[in-house]
Amino acid sequence: MKELSLNILDVAENSVKAKASLIKITLTEKDNLFTIEIKDDGCGMSKEVLEGVTNPFYTTRTTRKVGLGLPLLKMAAEQTGGTMTIDSVSAIDNPENHGTVVNAVFYTDHIDFTPLGDVVATVTTLIQGHPEFDFIFNHIKPEGKISLDTRELKSVLEGVPLNSYDVIKWIKDYLNEQYENPINE
Amino acid sequence: MKTLAELQAIRDKMKNKVVMREGVDGIRVVVGMATCGIAAGARPVLNAFVEGVDAAGLNDKVAVSQTGCIGLCQYEPIVEIHQNGEKVTYVHMTAEKAATVIEKHLKGGKIVAEFTAQEG
Repeated sequence: MKELSLNILDVAENSVKAKASLIKITLTEKDNLFTIEIKDDGCGMSKEVLEGVTNPFYTTRTTRKVGLGLPLLKMAAEQTGGTMTIDSVSAIDNPENHGTVVNAVFYTDHIDFTPLGDVVATVTTLIQGHPEFDFIFNHIKPEGKISLDTRELKSVLEGVPLNSYDVIKWIKDYLNEQYENPINE
Repeated sequence: MKTLAELQAIRDKMKNKVVMREGVDGIRVVVGMATCGIAAGARPVLNAFVEGVDAAGLNDKVAVSQTGCIGLCQYEPIVEIHQNGEKVTYVHMTAEKAATVIEKHLKGGKIVAEFTAQEG
């Protein structure tokens, strides 16, 4: 992947497939560390599946749908000296509280650090493709924060779909404006 | 600054449009957005269709959506156009090719043969 934002788009698709209702993407920049966290309340994975998902050659029918997405994110993190971890609670084990958290840490001063790229396009693409899901996006930078919560937008939109072109355009402009002037709390 | 008041205005405008859209026999543009598609450049292709369909004034006739792996990873980015039960598959797509497909196929009704799987 040429940009980490493409890895984010790809891995967030796993949360969609896991039938999550809420997908939370948090990017944190601090000193020379960049962290990507993708958290969902989807069906989760059993221990056996979880052990296999970062191995590209682990291709049973159960994990085929996970594919290369996680190994690619893991590789992107590890090539900077960072790490990727996945925690998951399967809905079978805990019907009340389940889901998956993927956490990837990158060293931004490493020569093999892949740039984040167009993360606004990733967020709008996710919303365009999956308007029925809820997304929370937060990017915490040293100078301030960029955030979006589609649940708030839905309460304003009163049933008008999030993937209407004008709404997607508004989200894109809304995020770009925040990137120009991150909110400093 | 973008405000929620602006979003309310979009909502009010869209509420009338949503009703119009329901009776239309639509064209569906489907972009493959699995790992293979994304890595090959599907995101700018998708966005070119989303923006280009609006710019061409085709929002009421054409719906742009995403799908997973179509199974022809070596031909990604792949775009399928569904209309009247028929399917045209465009392969190795780019944002530039998307603009051509919008102009010739979606607007003009003519398949761009050189971008299709059969020719490609």
